[in-house]
Amino acid sequence: MDSTTLLLSRWQFGLTTVFHWLFVPLTLGLGWFVAYMQTRYYQTRDETYRKMAKFWGKLYLINFAVGVVTGIVQEFQFGMNWSGYSRFVGDIFGAPLAIEALLAFFMESTFLGVWIFGEGRVPEKVHLASIWLAALGSNLSAIWILIANGWMQHPVGYVINEVTGRAEMTDFFAVIGNPKAWIFIWHTLADGFAMASFIIMGISAWHLLRKQYVDVYKRSFQMAALVGTIASVLVFLGGHTMGQYMYESQPMKFAAIEAHWETSAPADFSILTIGDLSGKREVWSIRFPAVLSFLACNNFSCEVKGVNELQAEYEAKYGPGDYIPLMVVTYWTFRIMMTIGFIMIAVAAWALYETLRKPDFENAKWFKWLPFWAISLPYLANISGWVLTEMGRQPWIVYGLLKVQDAVSPNLTPLELWISLIGYTAIYGTLAVVMFGLMKKYATAGPDLAMHESVDVAPAFAGADD
Amino acid sequence: MSHQTLQTIWFILIAILWIGFFFLEGFDFGVGMLLPFLGKTDEERRAIINTIGSVWDGNEVWLLTAGGATFAAFPHWYATMFSGFYLALFLLLVGLILRGVSFEYRSKNPDPKWRNRFDWMIFTGSLLPSVLLGTAFANLLRGVPIDQSMTYTGNLFTLLNPYGLLGGLTTTAVFLLHGANFLSLKLDGKLREEARAAAGKIWGVAVVLYILLAIFTYISGYWARGMVNPGIAPITALVVLLAAGYTIRQKMEGWSFALVALNIVLTQVTFFSLMFPNVMISSLNPAWNLTIYNASSSQYTLTVMSIVALIFVPIVLAYQGWTYYMFRKRISTDKKSLVY
Ligand code: HDD
Ligand code: HEM
Ligand code: HEM
Repeated sequence: MDSTTLLLSRWQFGLTTVFHWLFVPLTLGLGWFVAYMQTRYYQTRDETYRKMAKFWGKLYLINFAVGVVTGIVQEFQFGMNWSGYSRFVGDIFGAPLAIEALLAFFMESTFLGVWIFGEGRVPEKVHLASIWLAALGSNLSAIWILIANGWMQHPVGYVINEVTGRAEMTDFFAVIGNPKAWIFIWHTLADGFAMASFIIMGISAWHLLRKQYVDVYKRSFQMAALVGTIASVLVFLGGHTMGQYMYESQPMKFAAIEAHWETSAPADFSILTIGDLSGKREVWSIRFPAVLSFLACNNFSCEVKGVNELQAEYEAKYGPGDYIPLMVVTYWTFRIMMTIGFIMIAVAAWALYETLRKPDFENAKWFKWLPFWAISLPYLANISGWVLTEMGRQPWIVYGLLKVQDAVSPNLTPLELWISLIGYTAIYGTLAVVMFGLMKKYATAGPDLAMHESVDVAPAFAGADD
Repeated sequence: MSHQTLQTIWFILIAILWIGFFFLEGFDFGVGMLLPFLGKTDEERRAIINTIGSVWDGNEVWLLTAGGATFAAFPHWYATMFSGFYLALFLLLVGLILRGVSFEYRSKNPDPKWRNRFDWMIFTGSLLPSVLLGTAFANLLRGVPIDQSMTYTGNLFTLLNPYGLLGGLTTTAVFLLHGANFLSLKLDGKLREEARAAAGKIWGVAVVLYILLAIFTYISGYWARGMVNPGIAPITALVVLLAAGYTIRQKMEGWSFALVALNIVLTQVTFFSLMFPNVMISSLNPAWNLTIYNASSSQYTLTVMSIVALIFVPIVLAYQGWTYYMFRKRISTDKKSLVY
């Protein structure tokens, strides 16, 4: 194994996972919205709800398709690129992954099929139940994969087998009850709702500005403003809890996201820190006194260990090496995510306040640009959040147990990796363009296109007769 | 239960997952490969796609579950095979990506050029995995270079030997036949006739390839690899495949489909019997084979996973079966009945 294959494998994993993750949160949240809208139609027979379910349902499906096909790559990658990892953790990590497929993917894909093709063919109640089950399936899948990821971040319920050198599961319930995983789940499922709300608000605003389909989009906007506010607050609360748990379980990551070099009590919160070129020393910073202590442990005086002390501790414990993650990345991704988190709360709460206060909120000035541009916020926060989580874990792939360099498949050559990396990049790039085009087409066309899809049939194929 | 019993159970369970996958996705792949040839108009193509529209994703999950279960139950098997067959799997994934998005996106634009392009992507995305899976499985039986540390030492071209390629071609032919049978069972009118006619033509090719593969397997001694005698499974597999030729001609569509399905199942049964208790055979040294004993997870994990499987596999089978029942009606090219 040489360092090129390691580097390429890391790039490939990061790229494909970030890409997969661009679509997942929207699936997670939008499924619930569509299910709710369709239920309201079922109860009230109000055509507006039917149009809403149809319209948002179409966007849900376009987004879903990319989530599915990029997800398949994820499932295979652990074995393909990280065979050392797979051998080491298969006992534990494989279990939630297999359960995810058995419990969640089957449910999601089967019932989504019933939902897409079943309208008018299966009883209406069954059709309605199928969208709820598909949404539940997606969210269950997120829960299981986060349990898997939670274990890499904070291993529990295992022993290291002295003979084989592999991690073996000793307590299944500890693995699925891992507190780290459940904070992930909280933060992430709420984030799904927030993502969907911001998409709905943005697209609804676009139509409302053009005064078209007002009934559909006004109701959508109001619904999303309410859910978006609650979800954004939950995301923040989950994030805060994550930070505190990180302070206990991954002190190095915690120090790295704050560029907190030297141990101190109380510890200051950095507003802006510039490091030197090595990224290992501070040059200049502005700091809020004692706030970091508060973030870490809810009081203004506790001690927060610095990167340098932790590095020395880890060297003593795990042998020589560099245990500091790439600080520029962890520091900035954290700040981007957190700032956006606060902005999202503000935007959603403002939108909610205005929709409650003014029946004609769509004529206000802020409405012309804010909801639309705010669509980008959850995407940026999401990418940042994951890059922080995953890169802040470096050099460990399983925290404290296995390093990334020991995890990569030893048989791969740089050529093979270049082929797959370039291949994935090209395919994903094309996919992104096509999918964005379709999203735009369907989002701007309004509910009519979604309602009358089946009428829109092409004639015979030119040249298909040969 | 003892560790050995559990390891055997999991070998069987994973075999079942692969059998389910080949059986279900087999006709999906076949349908995908036939699509551009059987469908002349957009309605026809849509009708063909609709026969698998509601089920292909669920069928594909059998593959994901087989992968996940292998990871959990036999981590070394998962690690060696997936890293070893790296580029082959990469191509397989490319195929599955192209196929998956095409099903959803082809209808999103009425332009015939747009739709035609996606149809060919469905074709490619069905052909690639069929060939690759067949080649990979043949190579598993043939043996691949695996060293002492369970690491695969070959590359993509190692897999492209005559036996592997024959396996790939045979699998593709059988999937095509399976798909044509499925279409003649699910479609109505002219397309139904055409699908049956196609099945008749493919049948001859499939039989020839299948017999060649059987002979090759026998002569080269790949026969005597494992500890379990497959018994009458391979003979029966051949007999039912031959019988399918008769039923296709007699327009017994249900029987034709069932017979080829049985052929696929029995072929897999034969394969896994011949392998047992090996999961990967080393062509370098039999002592370096991966077996269910040296590749498995701990007793605890296998126990937990057995309980999970015991509870959930029946549930999954029940609702998947139910969807096939729900959508059992034949599909016609009548515009009103098509779902886009
Ligand atoms: C809309 C997206 C979004 C928003 C607004 C926020 N986050 Fe977040 N955050 C994520 C989306 C996200 C995520 C889904 O990307 C991550 C990656 C891993 C995870 O479970 O959630 C994440 C991870 C993550 C982590 C890393 C956990 C770890 O590695 O152990 C912390 C400490 C926070 N978040 C804290 C916050 C705080 C204090 C926020 C302030 C409001 C915040 N997040 C807003
Ligand atoms: C929850 C399931 C996830 C699991 C099990 C997981 C697992 C992994 C693994 C095995 C690696 C490769 C080893 C390494 O470089 O550390 C990795 C790296 C990475 N992951 Fe994740 N990941 C998950 C989710 C995500 C998501 C959703 C994102 C982004 C949106 C993400 C972003 C990254 C990035 C950027 C890297 C590269 C980090 C680096 O090499 O420095 N991960 N992850
Ligand atoms: C890196 C680890 C990951 C693996 C192995 C993985 C695996 C997969 C697979 C195989 C699919 C396709 C399922 C189908 O065919 O129906 C999929 C889709 C999905 N995955 Fe992932 N995934 C990963 C990361 C994540 C994360 C971090 C989440 C959520 C927290 C997630 C949630 C989903 C969801 C909701 C879907 C449904 C389809 C969609 O996204 O639109 N995945 N994933």
